[in-house]
Amino acid sequence: MITSRARRANSTLMLLMMMALTIVPLVSMFVTALHAPGSRPSGLAWPEDLHWGNFPLAWDQANVEVLLKSSALIILGVVPVSLMICTMAGFGLGHLKLPGGGALYVLILLGLAIPFESTVIPLYYQMQSLDLLNTRLAIVLPLIGLYVPFGVFWMRGHFANMPQALTDAARVDGAGGWRLFWHVHLPLAMPALTTLGLLQFINAWNQFLLAVVLVDDPTKRTMAGALGAFQGERSTDIVLLCAGALLIMTPTVIVFLILQRYFVRALLAGAVKG
Amino acid sequence: MSPTSATRRASAPAAPEHLRALARRASRRRRGARWVGLLWVLPALVMYGGFVLYPLTQTVRYSFYDWNGIGTAAWVGIRNYDTVFNDAQLYGSVLHAFQLVIFFSFIPVALGLLIGALLRGLKEGRFTTVSRTVLFLPQIIPLVGAAIAWRWLYAQDGLVNGTLSWVGLDLLTRGWLGDFGTALPAVGLIGCWVATGFCTVLMLSGIARIDPTLYEAAQLDGAGPVAEFFAVTLPNLRHEITVALTVTTIAALASFDIVYVATQGGPGYSTMVPGVQVVRLAFTENNVGLASALAVVLLLLVYVVALPIQLLNRRPR
Repeated sequence: MITSRARRANSTLMLLMMMALTIVPLVSMFVTALHAPGSRPSGLAWPEDLHWGNFPLAWDQANVEVLLKSSALIILGVVPVSLMICTMAGFGLGHLKLPGGGALYVLILLGLAIPFESTVIPLYYQMQSLDLLNTRLAIVLPLIGLYVPFGVFWMRGHFANMPQALTDAARVDGAGGWRLFWHVHLPLAMPALTTLGLLQFINAWNQFLLAVVLVDDPTKRTMAGALGAFQGERSTDIVLLCAGALLIMTPTVIVFLILQRYFVRALLAGAVKG
Repeated sequence: MSPTSATRRASAPAAPEHLRALARRASRRRRGARWVGLLWVLPALVMYGGFVLYPLTQTVRYSFYDWNGIGTAAWVGIRNYDTVFNDAQLYGSVLHAFQLVIFFSFIPVALGLLIGALLRGLKEGRFTTVSRTVLFLPQIIPLVGAAIAWRWLYAQDGLVNGTLSWVGLDLLTRGWLGDFGTALPAVGLIGCWVATGFCTVLMLSGIARIDPTLYEAAQLDGAGPVAEFFAVTLPNLRHEITVALTVTTIAALASFDIVYVATQGGPGYSTMVPGVQVVRLAFTENNVGLASALAVVLLLLVYVVALPIQLLNRRPR
């Protein structure tokens, strides 16, 4: 009994240490963000006055409001469309017996591990010829395509597990094709869809490579892309950089804290299934 | 013979004929519907083909040309690949990516296993929930944010050097990301910070699924914590381990965000990785052909490394 209690105490201590190591970089940023603007504090120094005003200042300088809108527009362009097409494909491949479905599925699965770097160069010239460079569509369209392998894989997994009897019953009632999908299967797919939507939201929000290569204007980028640009402009003013970076990261963290149970489940499930 | 039974018998032979016709029509319609069914997949295929597969074939095509992105392209055969494998800067970047695998993948998976095993005894409660939230934070914030935070920790007057001086180790202080000897491990540690929490939570969720009687049996056999770990925990986490290794190894080989923000591949080329090199070659040096060849090599590398790990997972458990 004593050993198990000692073991539990050790485990708790270990976990506390891990947690500390995890948040130290963020706390260091936060403390730095409270120093006098323009100063160059040392990493260990506690600010003499707490300059909370740095946050509104950084809000304006980093253009956070505009960035939020831009990221939201990109998410709105990517996630609903992606969910729709991946669900349809997942339904077709997982529940209907399609001719050549197996081969199509393998073709899609092969895309699961494609690094974005391997497609970004032609994407640049493709967007150039479509006259879409430096617009949000240059990020939206490729992301929809790049999310197809995982999205279809995910939704197919869901539909493959739905009982065939459900479809048969609906067919007897006269529901075919689209109605079967829309009224019978889609409502039942909601949990799988929510998880996929969350994963895509966080991935799109944090997408950096496409934003950096395809869009010059930070106000038309994703949050992560804009953060990169802000870091480039502000690398000398560490106080405002820290304040701005924290502000830019805050929305995701807030969403995460509210929906954390779903997030942890989604990220774990996404990884395990993937 | 009642009239009802007479009508029944009269209509009886007609029914199968009628049903057969219905069935024939239905099956014909179903066969047609099978092809129409491909429409379900079409929208996804169009986006996947247009923005993944087509660009991929173009990357391969570009890799056989000498092209600056604007003028005419000249066919050069495999010369770009020759350069990738013989130019120290280029194959060096690939070697760096492999070194990053140690930090992005091996260390976090090992730490995740260790911590997961230690935490096994801990009861689910508010504390474990909070700890899971905290450990997951690095997964939620953009990698760019992680890189910015760590750049500041590693800075000349940052927290790392401050702490070292405070405990009297002034000798060790340096600009960690600007030093040829420490830059790559320093970048690696950023990835380690991002991945460890994820691996830990993944292992914990795996351990929670292990049948507790297995642990009781091991304890009855007199197994200590170490024997227990190797006899019960490790074999039962094979699926989680392969998953964690796959995800983090791909992240290491194809790393871009962290390196791009933390060091841009510098100092010199000491932290250059294929991802950053591809973008630099294509869009700064306008050497599209060479960049594409490196991109193809990176793609093959990811598949050559990721697929065997997956096969490990496919074996029956």
